Amino acid sequence: MSTTAVEPQYKVLIGMEIHVQLATKSKMFTGAANGFGGEPNSQVDPVILGLPGVLPVINKRAVEMAMMVGLALNCDIAAQTKWDRKSYYYPDLPKNYQISQYDQPLCGPGSMELPLSDGSSKTVRIRRAHLEEDAGKLMHEAGMTESLVDLNRAGTPLLEIVTEPDLNSPEEARLFGEELRRICRYLAVSHGIMQQGHMRFEPNINLHIYHNGKTIKTAITEVKNLNSFRSVERACGYEIQRQLAEFLANPDVTPSAVKSTRGWDDDKGMTLLQREKEEAHDYRYFPDPDLVPLHVAPHWVSDIRAGVVELPIARRKRYQEQFGMSAKEAFSLTEERDVADLFDRAASLGAPVRRLTNLFLGPAAKMANEAASAEAATVLISDLPVTAQQYAKLAELIESGGISATSAVPIFEYLVKNLDADPAEAARELGLVQVRDQNQTEAWVMQAMAANPQAISDFKNNPKKKQASLGFLRGAVMKASQGKADPKLVGEILEAKLNAASQES
Amino acid sequence: MINELSAVEVRDKIAAGEVTAVAAAQASLSAIAHGDGQLHAYNAVFADRALQRANAIDQARAAGKPLGLLAGVPIALKDNLCTTFGATTCSSKMLKNFHSPYDATVVKKLEQAGAVILGKTNLDEFAMGSSTENSAFGPTRNPWKTQCVPGGSSGGSAAATAARMCAASLGSDTGGSIRQPASLCGIVGLKPTYGLVSRYGLVAFASSLDQIGPMTRCVEDAALLLQVIAGHDPLDSTSWPEPVPDYLSDLDKPLEGVRIGLPAEFSGEGIEPEVSSAIAQAVDFYRSQGATVVDVHLPHTKYGIAAYYVIAPAEASSNLSRYDGVHYGHRTGRPENLFDLYAASRAEGFGPEVQRRIMLGTYALSSGYYDAYYLRALRVRQLIKQDFDRAFEKCDFIACPTSPTVAFELGAKSGDPLQMYLCDVFTVTCNIAGIPGMNIPCGFSNSGLPIGLQILGPTFSEQRMLRLARMYEKHHNWHTRKPKISESQAV
Repeated sequence: MSTTAVEPQYKVLIGMEIHVQLATKSKMFTGAANGFGGEPNSQVDPVILGLPGVLPVINKRAVEMAMMVGLALNCDIAAQTKWDRKSYYYPDLPKNYQISQYDQPLCGPGSMELPLSDGSSKTVRIRRAHLEEDAGKLMHEAGMTESLVDLNRAGTPLLEIVTEPDLNSPEEARLFGEELRRICRYLAVSHGIMQQGHMRFEPNINLHIYHNGKTIKTAITEVKNLNSFRSVERACGYEIQRQLAEFLANPDVTPSAVKSTRGWDDDKGMTLLQREKEEAHDYRYFPDPDLVPLHVAPHWVSDIRAGVVELPIARRKRYQEQFGMSAKEAFSLTEERDVADLFDRAASLGAPVRRLTNLFLGPAAKMANEAASAEAATVLISDLPVTAQQYAKLAELIESGGISATSAVPIFEYLVKNLDADPAEAARELGLVQVRDQNQTEAWVMQAMAANPQAISDFKNNPKKKQASLGFLRGAVMKASQGKADPKLVGEILEAKLNAASQES
Repeated sequence: MINELSAVEVRDKIAAGEVTAVAAAQASLSAIAHGDGQLHAYNAVFADRALQRANAIDQARAAGKPLGLLAGVPIALKDNLCTTFGATTCSSKMLKNFHSPYDATVVKKLEQAGAVILGKTNLDEFAMGSSTENSAFGPTRNPWKTQCVPGGSSGGSAAATAARMCAASLGSDTGGSIRQPASLCGIVGLKPTYGLVSRYGLVAFASSLDQIGPMTRCVEDAALLLQVIAGHDPLDSTSWPEPVPDYLSDLDKPLEGVRIGLPAEFSGEGIEPEVSSAIAQAVDFYRSQGATVVDVHLPHTKYGIAAYYVIAPAEASSNLSRYDGVHYGHRTGRPENLFDLYAASRAEGFGPEVQRRIMLGTYALSSGYYDAYYLRALRVRQLIKQDFDRAFEKCDFIACPTSPTVAFELGAKSGDPLQMYLCDVFTVTCNIAGIPGMNIPCGFSNSGLPIGLQILGPTFSEQRMLRLARMYEKHHNWHTRKPKISESQAV
């Protein structure tokens, strides 16, 4: 975009609006099933269709799920909240008004601690979070002169979360979305499947440009309906460059104070103007007379608070402090709550945590990855048929020297294929019980040395290659033993033999 | 003649085997066949279905099965109550061919109690009006004088009940739509406390004001129907969660030491002298029965109509936005685009009064006008509620006219919306405050038209209110008078 030589100093301000579909059994205001897919218009009832005479009834579980997210984001939970009608005409909205919460949201101000890529974290303020109902979908099929309406999605509970403009880069915007998804999955309020629209993002972006001793604020743009983290990051990046270029083209013109709405074209990688806010709808909000205000008793909030599980950020900290993991390890293990729960169960059985960590991030992660298929796009470690007890025993076996670390891989594979197998028996079955017999180990060492004269010569004559050739030979011994040799004993014998050989010459 | 019996009488005779439910249904159907050509009280009559249902009641009785509270009673429904049988039109071109896939909660309750539903009655389109002239299918006429309106919006139910074309009926009341036509047709009409009767399946006009209630020829029938239709409904968040009291057992027991309030604001200018004197005589009667009569003040009554005509249209503008030609209801022929589809479907489907109120309501809710209209109307609503709260500290019930006038001629007010709106001057505050109100016949004008007494009470006072009404009814026979239209029939 901009080709101007001198880029001015500027600060990026991004605030996010996020719609999270809540994974309740039934819809926001009626008993119709809340599920993805199915034949068009199969998950509807008279309330969803907006037929004459129907009335909404609040889904208590949706309120509870919204409260859970609110509590996880340190929001104030309102003692009284109400429901408002937001009016606009569109064929995917059968009543031509959406039931939402206008001026008394369920969740008031809060904050989230957002982990950043450099290992630090920052606080992102949450402005509010409120409940509303989703709309249906319009389908425009090629060659058809009419549009079709599918109302399966209509009435799905939506939690709309609004942040303050505390995100200062496209990367932070993406990281925020990812962390929010993790939190929602931890709380089991959303499956967080982006392809199915479980979470939709609308960043509000502008720049504070420092120009001639003044701060110029560019007009805020809202990018609508982004449904992947990548598009959030790209759209924010694009908008920053676009706004900067617009400023540079006319640096002395005061930017408009009017917010505009833009759409994201993922193929072209650019945003397009949809409408200026001044031509925006008058939504004619007013309290929905069909619904009574909801009084939230303090004991209800405390009951829900008790159900808010340990969140990813707390868990990461605990794994680093309690288990001595690296930030990266802690991040990987806490990505999914089920995996972390499994890890915690295995650790609570007294398994050595270092071995456990290596098992999870090594063979378990590898097998889970390989198990992913067309039917199951993602397979988690916790989806593998290996129990906490098996993990604990296997880790114990490595720690005690019963098997070598390298043998853990085939043993783990065995456990996956043979339900409820005992790791020690698996080691015997596979012939991977570690051998510490002096003579046998010496025989493997001799076998490896005989097969690799060049390495021995390097060890003797080339100081630069001394360590490398030692490592190579150690590997060759382990290979000759089919992984059964005790690496420590191998090292001792190998070094003794090599040193002796060096002195001989 | 069976069709002239009250609901309780016909129910008891069927239970006793003196008449059959089929005969009762036939009697009503024959009265309809005879008189409804003149009155047009009904939008639709379900003769075959009614006779089948009646026959099922007779068979159940023959088999010794327990019978419901309304077993065999022929009932008419206002055509804004959703039924899976027949269309639910709201007397609008918009819903002329709309068939509901579900039954309103009150319809289910009636049928579970054994009621035989005869048909759906005419109304002002979407219940907006006070004369039933705003029906897309033509007006209903008053059985006492067919040049006159029956009142509205439940004019069809009122006329059918007065003309003995059903034993009883249901209406809906948003600003007086049960009580005012009951008054003009000389029958009993009860608007229950907001929340006592489920609104699920009542096509919404103004959600915070709408209530369904009985329209009957005697107080006992009103108690009986209310007994059946009242009660909590999990499908209506605004329905009252408490158990329903017994309205019938103590009905004949007079209220002792009852205090009746007379509000100065409900008398004077605009009230026909014959109406005033009939009300005064009714109050004298209560005094003679030991009631204390006290003056009360409802100082914000004068703002009632203004507040009502902001709140009700505001809610209506939102409630009626679903009729857009997209999913169901009237759709224009060849729309050029989406906006045209909406605009033309609604312009063709809605009559002028409905369009007027949608525009009023849309304006009142618009950005920049909301505070001045809607919010201010809500404040008036609070003040009117307070007025009643204070008044009911001094009295148990309030007595006043239901309508300032007896029935007027067709066309007399239809050209002047404001004159028409003033028909509701004594009835709207009851809806605004959410309290119960009831009309009982209390006289006739020299021209032979009925006059009605309105009784207003505190929330959930229906049990005692019905007893108060019954006290009067026991000593008067206005309610037994029959309009000419019902006289020349024979079964």
